[in-house]
Amino acid sequence: MAKVLMKGNEAIAVAALKGGVDAFFGYPITPQNEIPEYLSKHLLAAGKVFVQAESEVAAINMVYGAAGAGARVMTSSSSPGIALKQEGISYIAGAELPCVIVSVMRGGPGLGGIQPSQADYYQATRGGGNGDYQLIVYAPETIQETIDIMKESFDIADYYRNPVLVLVDGLIGQMMETVDFEKPVKKRFIPAKDYATTGTANHPGRNIVNSLFLDPVELEQHNLQLQKKYQQIKNNETKYEMINMENPEYVIVAYGTMSRICRSAIESLKEEGIEVGMIRPISLWPYPKAAFNEIPSGVKGILCAEMSMGQMLDDVMISDKGRHEIGFYGRVGGMVPEPEEIVDAIKNFKDKVVK
Amino acid sequence: MEVKYQKTKGLTDKKLSYCPGCTHGIVHKLVGETLEELGMIGDAIGVASVGCSVFSYEFFNCDMQQAPHGRACAEATGIKRVRPDNIVFTYQGDGDLASIGIAETIHAANRGENITVIFINNAIYGMTGGQMAPTTLIGQRTTTSQDGRNQVLTGSPIKISEIFSQIDGVAYLERVSVTNPKQLIKAKKAIKKAFTYQKEKRGFTLIEVLSTCPVNWGMTPVDALKWVESNMVPVFPLGVFKDAGEKNV
Repeated sequence: MAKVLMKGNEAIAVAALKGGVDAFFGYPITPQNEIPEYLSKHLLAAGKVFVQAESEVAAINMVYGAAGAGARVMTSSSSPGIALKQEGISYIAGAELPCVIVSVMRGGPGLGGIQPSQADYYQATRGGGNGDYQLIVYAPETIQETIDIMKESFDIADYYRNPVLVLVDGLIGQMMETVDFEKPVKKRFIPAKDYATTGTANHPGRNIVNSLFLDPVELEQHNLQLQKKYQQIKNNETKYEMINMENPEYVIVAYGTMSRICRSAIESLKEEGIEVGMIRPISLWPYPKAAFNEIPSGVKGILCAEMSMGQMLDDVMISDKGRHEIGFYGRVGGMVPEPEEIVDAIKNFKDKVVK
Repeated sequence: MEVKYQKTKGLTDKKLSYCPGCTHGIVHKLVGETLEELGMIGDAIGVASVGCSVFSYEFFNCDMQQAPHGRACAEATGIKRVRPDNIVFTYQGDGDLASIGIAETIHAANRGENITVIFINNAIYGMTGGQMAPTTLIGQRTTTSQDGRNQVLTGSPIKISEIFSQIDGVAYLERVSVTNPKQLIKAKKAIKKAFTYQKEKRGFTLIEVLSTCPVNWGMTPVDALKWVESNMVPVFPLGVFKDAGEKNV
C-alpha cells in the first residue's frame, strides 16, 4: 500500500486490523468515535467480532472474557470512559491477559471537555484500578508512529501477557497525515496461549482465568511474579527519542502532541542562538529514566512541557534526581499551545535560572 | 457390585466452600450433571461471579473465568463471541446479577447472547454477611434492614424472570426451586433445556433458582427450605416465563 492521507482515529483502526485484532468491544465517546465506527464495518466484514457494549464497564469486561479465551482483542475510549474501564483493567492485569487499549485524551476532570488534553498521564501510568499493576503505555507524536506502535502493541501484549495502553490526544485522533501502513514492525516470538479457556477438549487440564488469591502467601507470590515481569518490560520495552542533544543549553521534556509543538519551538530558538534539546518519552511506562543520565554536562535546566497541570513532571523530577533546575509549562482544558508560547516559556525559565 | 450412583464428572473433587444446608451445592450438582449428560464438559467455559459462588471456578470441572462483581454476562459475551462453538455459562447470585450487574445481564439478554445464566436468588447477600439484596422480601430482616425491608425506603423485591420475559433476545426463561425432589427434577429439566437451547444457538437462556441461605436467614436448613416455599414462592412464582419453543428442524 502506498502512502495515504488518513485521519488519526481511522488510522488507529486500520493499524489494529493490520496488527491482527480478532475482536473489538467499545462504547461511543468523543473524540475517538471513528475507531469503533471504522471497525464496526471492517471487522464484521472480515468475519471477526465487533460489539458496541452497553457501557465502558461492560466493554472492558468483554475484552477480559475474549482475552481469556485467547483472542487478540482491543477497546478504545477517551478520558471519562477510560476511568470507567479501570476496574476491568486491574482484573486483566491481575489475571495476566493481553489486550490493547487506546485512550484518546480529552480535557478533564469530570465530564471536562472534548478538546485535546494530556491530563490523563496519571490515569495511564499510575492506574485508576486497585492493586500493584502496570500497563505498558506508549504515547506516539505522529499518526505514523501511532500506526507503528498499534501494530506492535498486540505482539507486546501477547508476549508479556499484559495490557498495552496506546495514549494519544484528541488532536492526533482528529487530524490527518500522510501515512504508510506497511512499515515493518519488530518480529517477536509469541508463545502459544496455553492459558486460554477454549474448553478442556482442546488442551490438557483445566484452564482458569482468575485474579483471586485469598491466601496472602499466594497473593504476595503472585505480586512478586508480576514485579519480575514488570522489571523485564522495563529492561526491554523502554522507548524514547533524544532531539538536538549535541550541545544544548536547556532541555525540554515533552511527549505526544506537546513534543511536536516543542520541535517547532526548538527550531525558532535555534535561530535566536538558543540551543535547546528535547527528551521525548515514547513509553510513558516504563518511563525512560536512563535518558536523563545522557543529558550532556553544561545544561542549565530542564523544562517539562505538558497539556496538563504537571503530571509527567513527577517522573521528570524522579528521573533527574535533583541534578538540574526544573521548570514547567502547561496548558489545559483543550488549550493547545502555539510554539511561541514554548519559546517564551524557555526564555522566562532561562531568566529565572540565570538569576 | 453395580454402581447405582456416583458423583457427576461435571464437578471436580474439590470440597465445596458453601455453608451446611445451603442449596448452592444442589444447583452445582444439577449443572454438573447437565454438562456431563449433554456431553458438554470438554466444550464448556463457565464464568464465576463475585459472592458465595466466587469459588465456583474450583468446582465446575471445565474451563472457567472469574468475573468482577456483576460483570459475568459481559465477560461471557466476550468469550462466546470469540468462541461461538463453545458452551458458555455464568453462575451468579442476586447481588451480582440483579443489583450491580443488572445492566450487563439485561443487555446480554437483549443482544440475544447465546449463553446460559444460572441465577441463584436467595434474597440476601450471603458472602458479605447477610445484607439486604434487591430480591430481599418486604419485612425481611437483614444486617442492613434490621427492622425488616421497608418498601418506602428501599423498594420491592426485583423480579428478574418477569422483567426478562419481556426481552426479545431471551430464548428460555424459567424460575425453579430445589426445595423437594419434585422441584429438583423440574429444576434439572429446566437447566438441561437452557443448555440444549444454547447448543442449538437459540439465544439467551436464564434459569432463576430460588435458593436458601440458612446461616444468614438464621434458620435451620429444613426451616429454610420451608421458608422458600411459604415466603419466597408467593413473591417469586415458579414456572416457565418464556420459551421460544422446540426447534422445528
